[in-house]
Amino acid sequence: MALLQISEPGMSTAPHQHRLAIGIDLGTTNSLVATVRSGLAVVLDDMAGHSLLPSVVRYHADGRVEVGYPAQAAQNADPRNTIVSAKRFMGRGLSDIDDASALPYRFVDAPGMVQLSTAAGVKSPVEVSAAILKTLRDRAEVALGGELVGVVITVPAYFDDAQRQATKDAAQLAGLNVLRLLNEPTAAAIAYGLDNASEGIYAVYDLGGGTFDISILKLSKGVFEVLATNGDSALGGDDFDQRIFCWMVEQGRFQPLSPGDMRLLLTKARDAKEALTDHTEARVTVMLSTGEMLDATLTQADFNAMTAGLVSKTLAPTRKALRDAGLAVEDVKGVVMVGGSTRMPCVRQAVADYFHQTPLTNLDPDKVVALGAAMQADILAGNRAGDDWLLLDVIPLSLGLETMGGLTEKVIPRNTTIPTARAQDFTTFKDGQTAMSVHVLQGERELAVDCRSLARFELRGIPPMVAGAARIRVTFQVDADGLLSVSAREQSTGVEASVQVKPSYGLGDEEITRMLKDAFTHAKDDMRARALNEQVVDAQGLIAATRAALAEDGELLSADEAAAVEAGIAALEALLAGSDHLAIKRGIEALNAATTEFAQRRMDRNVRRAMAGQKLETFG
Amino acid sequence: MDFTRTHFELFGLPTAYALDRDKLDASYRELQNTVHPDRFAAQSEAEQRVAMQWATQANEAYQTLKHPVDRGVYLLKLHGIDALDATDTRMAPAFLMQQMAWREAIDEARDARSAEALDMLMSELRQAHKAIEARLGVLLDADKDYEGAREAVRQLRFMDKLIAEVGDVYEEIED
Repeated sequence: MALLQISEPGMSTAPHQHRLAIGIDLGTTNSLVATVRSGLAVVLDDMAGHSLLPSVVRYHADGRVEVGYPAQAAQNADPRNTIVSAKRFMGRGLSDIDDASALPYRFVDAPGMVQLSTAAGVKSPVEVSAAILKTLRDRAEVALGGELVGVVITVPAYFDDAQRQATKDAAQLAGLNVLRLLNEPTAAAIAYGLDNASEGIYAVYDLGGGTFDISILKLSKGVFEVLATNGDSALGGDDFDQRIFCWMVEQGRFQPLSPGDMRLLLTKARDAKEALTDHTEARVTVMLSTGEMLDATLTQADFNAMTAGLVSKTLAPTRKALRDAGLAVEDVKGVVMVGGSTRMPCVRQAVADYFHQTPLTNLDPDKVVALGAAMQADILAGNRAGDDWLLLDVIPLSLGLETMGGLTEKVIPRNTTIPTARAQDFTTFKDGQTAMSVHVLQGERELAVDCRSLARFELRGIPPMVAGAARIRVTFQVDADGLLSVSAREQSTGVEASVQVKPSYGLGDEEITRMLKDAFTHAKDDMRARALNEQVVDAQGLIAATRAALAEDGELLSADEAAAVEAGIAALEALLAGSDHLAIKRGIEALNAATTEFAQRRMDRNVRRAMAGQKLETFG
Repeated sequence: MDFTRTHFELFGLPTAYALDRDKLDASYRELQNTVHPDRFAAQSEAEQRVAMQWATQANEAYQTLKHPVDRGVYLLKLHGIDALDATDTRMAPAFLMQQMAWREAIDEARDARSAEALDMLMSELRQAHKAIEARLGVLLDADKDYEGAREAVRQLRFMDKLIAEVGDVYEEIED
């Protein structure tokens, strides 16, 4: 039982001990990992000194998986098995991918999420993302020399529930404990805002490899309040490459391309785009496997003309976000530029023109998101004394239900601050109706078919009544990660049904288990050992936290109640002596249940204290 | 969690339509600083769950009090009046006439694809909104005329719909 020797029970939450936590920017093109060391956020490099990890994964027939630069180097030679920009496929069906035919992959149209056929078998985008996360996790564990308490993973603010859930699934698959999913522009705002001690209204313009986000934030007294967010989860630097790609095909009058040539041209397109950041023209020379050649010059003016439509496509969401926030361009004190694609001069110019000010570019647009994520991870892991900054984020897209006639009924409007809950009452429309199906949607459109379908479930066992007599309350709860769960309840009888919104786009538990098994066939770790280790760490943390709570606020419990909590601790400790991870898991659940009332009383007291202080400040 | 507290009590505010916005904002910040799930991410699941419930409640209360219509509806509810009763559709004829005029103006701005016309319309609508809010405050806080307040709340909802429509037209002509 070497695992138990990592720390004595109770050690892990000792206040003086720094808990290892990281922030990961899981990008379309590149990914990064950062941490806070001696109070300072730093990006962690790999052995070769690279900060960026190209978000590229190559699958070999023998089951080997390459991630990052070696995979990127092989993308022209082995395009079908080398997956780039997998983030664009997260939580997406085949029909959602507009340019599927222009990509060199063998897509498999699976229910819910598209999959990719590779030499090592069919892979989900979740598995591809997990391989990237695992690489960054290993990098961090080597650099920090210990086990990670948890991670903050960033997602585009405009990611919907399916995309967020897929990201969380990938983290689980990579063996990471997710402290929070954090919106990328919000992460950037932390890094910028805390650096400059800013106050006022800020816009974060985040154009990455495959996604665009705009967030409007109010910074005030350490609170980062997102007022509105908008974007396009299928617009990014890749689209600019695609425009150059089309131009090359046209210039070279190329015949239909092989996957390898396609990838080659896309790589050349990206090189040309990057060259145009610092130069007024770029020379493009390509030799295809067919012997066809292209030697041409792309000027910045031509490039700007062919991508003007893409740039203006970012301004429509920007206008909407400002309008949703109830603000005008003049109210914005600063514009923060995030994402490698904001290096393009045409993008900077368009943003400057729109906001009538020079955007802020003093932090590296590739690193700022990871740095902000690391700072947030540091807070969430409990390494700072609670009174630092606070994030109040929003949901990007309205959540609703399908109603009669295929219409969408909004339950939670977009830009609602999370966590949030909303209930809506429905009734039966037929006499004697005993079941009602609930179709959960996300999006702004009026017709249900135009919105994203998140889940369908059925409430059964409604007692037969005349039409309109039943009262079915559907409750939506969105947590601090922006993830939705829905429950339905017939009010007069208490018949209940609920879903964690997973079925249509997220992965089922069986699927995760299958992927975990796949992943461990080729790894040295043993799945059971890992599961046990995770439960042991969780249990130790819980016991330590409960003991600390008892020491601090024990008088809130009667002698009997305190004894019950102590008994729960003792029972869990007894289980830790064994090696049954499922039993430990149940013990954790039992102790959590036994301390819920205690947690509520502690919170009540905290609130009373905080609000009393508030009154003194205001009236004193 | 104590659900008997009203939203006003939660933030230590007087139960009135007139609102000290700075006080509300400061109280909300203080409350979220105490209860937000980010403060409990490293704690037990029980504590995280309680934090989510509290933060959800704090957001709900804050949004309700911040929003002029929702605050009116909520206050009326505290007085036992359902402001959103769908069976009651009475509305002053002058107000309805004005609504129709505004609706025509929106259509004209759409046809002309004129952002300037929309800007003017929007500021006119916002002014009218403010005026009704002021009247609602007097009806609720001074006159205790809850029937009158109910009509004012309904008028505000009409105004919100118009303002949202102007927003949609902006999007239409920008695309």
